[in-house]
Formats: sequence, structure tokens, C-alpha cells
Amino acid sequence: MQNPLVHWSFAIPEIWILVMACVVLLVDLFWGQKQRDLGFWLSIFCLTGAMVLSAAEMGKAGSAFYGQLLMDRFTNTADLAVELLGLLVLFYSRGYLMLRGLYRGEVLALLLFGTLGAMVMISGGNLLSLYLGLELLALSQYALVAIYRDQLRATEAGLKYFILGALASGLLLYGMSLLYGLTGSLGIGKIGMALSDASPDNYVLIVALVFVVAGVAFKLGAAPFHMWLPDAYQGAPTPVTLFMASAPKIAAFALAVRLLAEAGSSAMAIWQQLFVALAVLSMLIGNVVAIAQTNLKRMLAYSTVSNIGFLALGIVAGSQNGLASALFYVVVYALMATAGFGMIVYLSREGFEAEEISDFRGLVQQRPWTAFLLLLIMFSLAGVPPTVGFYAKVAVFQALVQAGFVWLAVFGVLMAVVGAFYYLRVLKVAFFDPPPEGARTSGGDPLAGITLTVNSLALLVLGIVPAPLMTFCFHALQEVM
Amino acid sequence: MVFPAGVLTDAIWAPILGGFLVLAVGDRNGRLARWLALAVSLLTFVLTIPLLTRFNTHTAAMQFVERIPWIPALHIHYHLGIDGISLWFILLTSFLTVLVVVASWTSIQKRVAQYLAAFLIMDGLMIGVFCALDAILFYVFWEAMLIPMFLIIGVWGGARRVYATIKFFLYTFLGSVLMLVALLYLYFQSGHSFDLLTYQETPLGLGPQIWIFLAFLMAFAVKIPMWPVHTWLPDAHVEAPTGGSVILAAVMLKMGAYGFLRLSLPITPDASHHLAWLMILLSLVAIVYIALVAIVQQDMKKLIAYSSIAHMGFVTLGLFVFTATAMEGSILQMLSHGFISAAMFLCVGVLYDRMHTRDIHAYGGVASVMPVFATLMMVFAMGNVGLPGTSGFVGEFMVVLGTYPEHPWAAILAATGLVTGAAYTLWLFKRVIFGAVFRPEVALLKDLNGREVLVLGSLAVLTLLMGVWPAPFLDIVHQSVHHLLGQAAVSKIPG
Repeated sequence: MQNPLVHWSFAIPEIWILVMACVVLLVDLFWGQKQRDLGFWLSIFCLTGAMVLSAAEMGKAGSAFYGQLLMDRFTNTADLAVELLGLLVLFYSRGYLMLRGLYRGEVLALLLFGTLGAMVMISGGNLLSLYLGLELLALSQYALVAIYRDQLRATEAGLKYFILGALASGLLLYGMSLLYGLTGSLGIGKIGMALSDASPDNYVLIVALVFVVAGVAFKLGAAPFHMWLPDAYQGAPTPVTLFMASAPKIAAFALAVRLLAEAGSSAMAIWQQLFVALAVLSMLIGNVVAIAQTNLKRMLAYSTVSNIGFLALGIVAGSQNGLASALFYVVVYALMATAGFGMIVYLSREGFEAEEISDFRGLVQQRPWTAFLLLLIMFSLAGVPPTVGFYAKVAVFQALVQAGFVWLAVFGVLMAVVGAFYYLRVLKVAFFDPPPEGARTSGGDPLAGITLTVNSLALLVLGIVPAPLMTFCFHALQEVM
Repeated sequence: MVFPAGVLTDAIWAPILGGFLVLAVGDRNGRLARWLALAVSLLTFVLTIPLLTRFNTHTAAMQFVERIPWIPALHIHYHLGIDGISLWFILLTSFLTVLVVVASWTSIQKRVAQYLAAFLIMDGLMIGVFCALDAILFYVFWEAMLIPMFLIIGVWGGARRVYATIKFFLYTFLGSVLMLVALLYLYFQSGHSFDLLTYQETPLGLGPQIWIFLAFLMAFAVKIPMWPVHTWLPDAHVEAPTGGSVILAAVMLKMGAYGFLRLSLPITPDASHHLAWLMILLSLVAIVYIALVAIVQQDMKKLIAYSSIAHMGFVTLGLFVFTATAMEGSILQMLSHGFISAAMFLCVGVLYDRMHTRDIHAYGGVASVMPVFATLMMVFAMGNVGLPGTSGFVGEFMVVLGTYPEHPWAAILAATGLVTGAAYTLWLFKRVIFGAVFRPEVALLKDLNGREVLVLGSLAVLTLLMGVWPAPFLDIVHQSVHHLLGQAAVSKIPG
């Protein structure tokens, strides 16, 4: 083995974020009262710098710390996505947090630590580092959900999320320990090799994979492990929901890739069946229950469940094509989710959360531009061309058809039609209903407005020229498997 | 004026970009938005004229082809091209958009820029459907079209517009998604290609062909619409504003039939033959049963909507008897219906703008106060009946003529549709136009203004022109139909 010091360079983005997160905390401690924006711009600087560092390492491959962290195209691509989403979250939430007295260093540092956790999960090459990343991300999220301490709903959501999340971690850990027991190794690559001649009816392996899949499904929010998701999404301050809906999903997907596609590739027959069940249930429950929601945050939470179902379809396909499609799907979904929750953040103002669907009544007459962006977001979520959401669905469906699951693809497209209904309902309220008496006048945070515009227009532009992003994601998976 | 891209690209993107421009002008400058929209729609129409003048009628190959890679990861191309089948529909689309812009000059006051922009964007998307030769590109245009239509019906529609537009959207969306799965399946069967022309060469067993045919059928039958998936149409038509009804009836319905011509027949020829009985049966139900339903309608728009379904029955009948006469008749019938249904909806729009009701009983004796209108409407009514000398006659006659040697009974049943068609149209005409004026509101009606005469007059000229001299229309279509029938006659079952 080469000198491990050389390979530290592969972990530079992670180290950078860790250092900067500590700096943000310290800066807030000393100057936080007077210089509120200092921490904010430092965080922006931190994530921008991390993006540059990740981009600089594009194309390199290797591992750091004796295989604890892996560096490949997949790591880089997913890292970039996570960092970009972290940036978006920051831009969206500044005005919102300020109005609610939450514009503090802890929030920023927790966001950075969460991003770091997600990145460690993405690059983890060992069960230990994977779990470490997972917990770092999860603990940051628990704290963020409950950060609005004065609100009963937020603390309740935080507690619920914490208990169920700890349970999920336990499940995952148990599955991991069984994998260790089976193979005598914690390294992903070694586990993969040790399992390569495992018989498909090795019961211990089946049990181990069931627990691992359950844990991953929990983190992703796939039905039937989605119970925490609507409550946590609704209870958390919207910028936190925004964060939860974006970067952690990519991280959880990476976890699935590392644990199942890399370590457990020989046991594909087992986890494939499990994911078929997860996909079917998630699409069904997510889409059908979302119809009944009147709260937009809750509706988008169920829409997350259904989207995770579509994502699972890509994992079901199992092939490199399938995983690449799933990566594309999850990146696109994260962009759509940030835009969706970002819309709520943008339209909220002091003492008013624009989170009921009825709050959007007659939006087009008061704010035609915002309404147009809402149109893009909703049609993209529904998967209607020419928005990018359509290509995400096409990508996973083609992988599914290639893998021979035509029936599942048919089920998926039918569920997409069910889904279209509740997205259309939001548009119906915004476009066809008259505005309420006493029109909204407040302008909204300009920074969030610009972010929302860029983010939503990206959904349209990427829909007209989807090739770069798609190629980017498809290349990412070339070295995996 | 120099445009960098190909003719087809210009024709697709000019109205879309123009639409966004109109949107940017905003509703406050209604006057400017109207003139700008008119300019854009005229420009688009002018851009599509070279397609006709430079079209080579001696080949069935695709012309004006543009092909560049679009999404390399999935081998998707930006692939455009037209043949004799698509050419007329492109012209019809761009021409009718001009008329729609002119016709809504005064009748739309609410959010006028958004209204016009929606039509312009839809113009480009519809042209895109008729040009696309890549399956995904086709699907993108096909679905994207729903977005402006959803807004047009939902924002500017009648009382039950929300119900109608959501029903319209979900119905057509449901139909299309299965087509997507079929297209993806074909992608792997054809060796990783989304090229529609490659699909046409791909060998397929009868079983897969039948599944693919049924998936296509779901998409196209909903769009046409064929009985029994037609129920969205009366709702959508009745609630849509006049312009929406015109585009819906004159162009969007044709897309289903175009889909049969471009996808179903050449890609799944064996299944098309195998299931031709089903298609003929459904067509006859539309012709006979829906025409009877039309007779009893009290709402003018609803009556015309049902009559559209019945007329589209002739189209689908002509497609699935596999004779050149019938197929060319189908295409002419589509064009003719494009003129006549558009004109009929515009006529209703003219009356509705003045009286704000579509109820047949609210009218009577309109001829005595609006003689010009009555004359023009008579032309269209005669066209709707299928009177010789109008375009309606040519198409329906050719379909029946082409059907007779293959399926005499189907031809005879279809011919009864001509009688029922006469019944509902003439009865409508009689109740609205003739008779004594018994309502004071009707007595105060003003006849057509110049703008309305221009719109309806141009359609009347086309209806009569095509009725007495259909040859130029047929010349363009001829080679492509011949080629298509050749494709449909050769089995694709391997081995």
C-alpha cells in the first residue's frame, strides 16, 4: 500500500468543510451578536470552496485513510450535487431565518455538519465511515428540526424524528454487524469479494440484507418506513425541510449504492425483490395519500415518498444503467424539492407560513412571475415535458424496461398519472381561483426570490437541454460495479 | 430575414419564443400584446409556406430533415422531418393560429397577453408533434401541448372550467403514459434507438405488436377521441373559450389520427391488420351512435363537439381498411374537419360574444338580423353535412368508397352517418338561423364586423376550394400514403 498521507488529498473537500464549520461556530461565538452576516457569508464561502475542491478532483480515483473514504467519479458527482444543494438551502433561508430569530451560527454550522455527513456517506468505503457519516447527518437534522424551540410542533417533530431515526440506525447497524459476521470485514470492497460466492439461500445473508434495506429505506423515506417523514417535514421550519428533502436523499441513495450495489452485488436477487416491494408501496401510498392533503408541506412530503418510489425503480433495475438513472433521478428530484419548498420559504413572511395549499389562491393575479415558477415546479414534479422531471422518469423507466420489469414500468406510469392530479390541484388553486380579500402585499426576501427563479428556471432549461446533466450522472456510475 | 436553423426548427421555435415575448409584454399593454401576437402568428405562417412551395411530391422520403444528437446518454436525437402526411397539418396549425389570434381580438379582455402567449406556444408545440421523427421528441411535444391547453381551458373557460380542464389533462395524460412505455420497449427492441424510422424497420412478434398497438391506441384513441374514451371532449369543448375549442377540434384531435399514421400502422402493421376489426367497430359506433347523441344536444358547442367525434369516426374507419382511396379520404377528411369544425366553433363564438349563451333555444331567426353571418354559417353547415361541392363531401365520400370493396357492411353503416349528420346539422341550423325572431335580444344582434368576415370568409373559401378542387391536396399526400400502405402490407413478424 502506498503512503496513506498522499491519499489524504482525496478527502480535502471533507476536511475543508469540517474546518470551516468549526470556524463558523467560533466566529459566531465571538462576533455573532453584531456581525450576523459574517457567519452566513463564511458558510457560503465554505460550500463554494468545497465545490471548487470537489470539481478539481474530478476524474481522480483512489481511497484515503486505508479505504475509509473512497474517491471515484460517483463520489465527486454526488458531492458536487450535495454542496450545490447546501448552497441553495443557504440562499433560500437567509430572509426566513432572520424574520424568525433563527439566523444564528448554530443553524449554519449544523447545516454544514449535515452536508459533511452526507459527503462522508457518499464517499464512505467502510461500514464504519458510512455509519459515521449517517449519524453525523442524522444528528444535525434532529437538532435542526427542533431548532425552533418555542414551537410545540417543531419540538414534537424533532423528538419523533429522533426516536424513529435512532430505530432506523439500529436496524442498519444490526444488518451491518451481520454482514461483518458473515464476511469478517468492514471494507465495502472486501465484503463484496467475500460475498461473491454466497449462495442465494444463505439465510443469514438474507436477514442481513433485509435489515440493511430497511435501514436504507428508512433514511430514504420509502414506504412502509415513511411514517416519520410527513410529521418531520411539516413540523420543521421550512428551510430545514428544504434541506432534509434534498441533500440527505442523495446521501441515502449513495448509501444504497455502496452497501447493496458494491458490497452486495452478488446478492442482487435478494435486495431487488425488496426494492420492488418498496417501490410499489411508496408509489402507491405516496401518491394516493398526497391527494388527501391540504397542507402543501405535507403534500410535498408524501410526494417525496412517491418520488423515492420512482427512485427505487432505478435501484430495482440494478444494472449500471439503472443506478445511473437513479442517480439522475435523485439529483433532479432534489432540485425540484428545493424549488418546491423554496417556494414556501419565499412566500412566507413574518407571522405567516404560506404552507396551506389555499394560501396560494389567485397567486397568478398578484404575482404572475412567481406563479409561472410554481407552474414549472409542479409540472416538473408531475413529470410532464418539457421540464426536467420528465427525463428523470424516462431514465428510470427505460432502465426498468431494459431489466425486463415492463409491468413495474406500467404501474409506475399509472402512478405518475395519479400523482399529476395533486400537483394540478395546486396549480388550480394558484391559477384558476380568485385571490383572497386583502391581497398579499409583502415583497418576499429578494435573495430567496432570485434563488427561486434560478432554481425553477433550471428545471425548464435542463428540460430543454437535459444532455449535460444526464451525461454527467451517467458517467458517474461507470466505475461503480 | 435570415434564420440560422432549418425551416422546421424555425417554424417550431418562432412561435414559442414569440409567445414568451408576448408574455413579457404583459397584460397591461393589451393592444401591443395583440399586435405582437398577430405578427408572430403571421410570421410562423409565412415560415411554414416554404414547406409547401419547396415540397417534392414525387417521393415518400422525409424532407427538410434535421438531425442532431440531443441526449447522447440515451441516443435521443433532435430529429425533424416531414412527408406528405404531415405537411398539411403543419400548415393547418399555423393558419388556424392566425385566425384564433384575430378572432379573440375583442372577445378576450382578461389577461390577454397570457392568453395569446399560450396559443402561440401551443402553435409551436403542435407543429413540433407533426415534425418530430424521434420518439422522445415526439412525446415531449405531444405532452408539453397539454400545459398551455390546461391553462387556456382553466383560466378563460366557462362555468365548469376547472372540472373540464383537470378531466382533460388527466384523461390525455393517462392515455399518453402507456405510449411512453411502448416507446421505451421499442428502444430496446430496435437496438437502442428512439428513431421512429428505425422503429418502422424493427421486426416484432405478433404478441409484442399487439401490446404496443394497444398502448398506442390508448394514447391516440383518447386524443381523437374514439368511443368509449370520448367523454372528456364534450366537457372540454363546452368549457373552453372559442379559441381553445377551435384549436382543440381542428388540430389536437387530428394528432391522434396522425399518431396512427406515423406510429401504429408502420410500426405494428401485423397488429393493425389483426385488430382492424376492432378499429372499424369503434369507428362505426362513433359514426352511428355518437351522431344520434349529437341530435339531442341543447347546447350548440356540445352538439358540434359530438359531431366532431362522429366525423373523426370516418377518419379512423378510413385508416384501417387499408385501401389508398380510404386512407387519402381520411387525411382529406381530417383537413376538411379542421376547417369546418374550426369555423363552426367560431360561428358559435360569434353568437356567444353577442348573446352570452350557447343554448339553442335562446336563438331563432338570426338570419333576418345577421344575413352575412347566416350565409357563411350555411356554407359550413353544408360542409358539416358533407354536401357535394364542399370539402366535407370529398373526404367522407372517399372513405365510404374505399371501404366498400373491403367491408361492404361497414360502408353501408358509415353511409348512414351522412344522413344523421345532415339531421343534426340542419336541425341546428334551422333552429338557430331560420324561423321567426321571437326574442328581443336576437332582434338587436349586429351582423359580422370586418374582422369576423375575414376570419370566417377565409375558412369558407378553403372549404369550397377543397370541395371543388381537391387535387392539389391529394397530390401532396399521394406518395406518402402509397408508401405507408406498402409498409403496412408487409409483415414484420420475424422468421
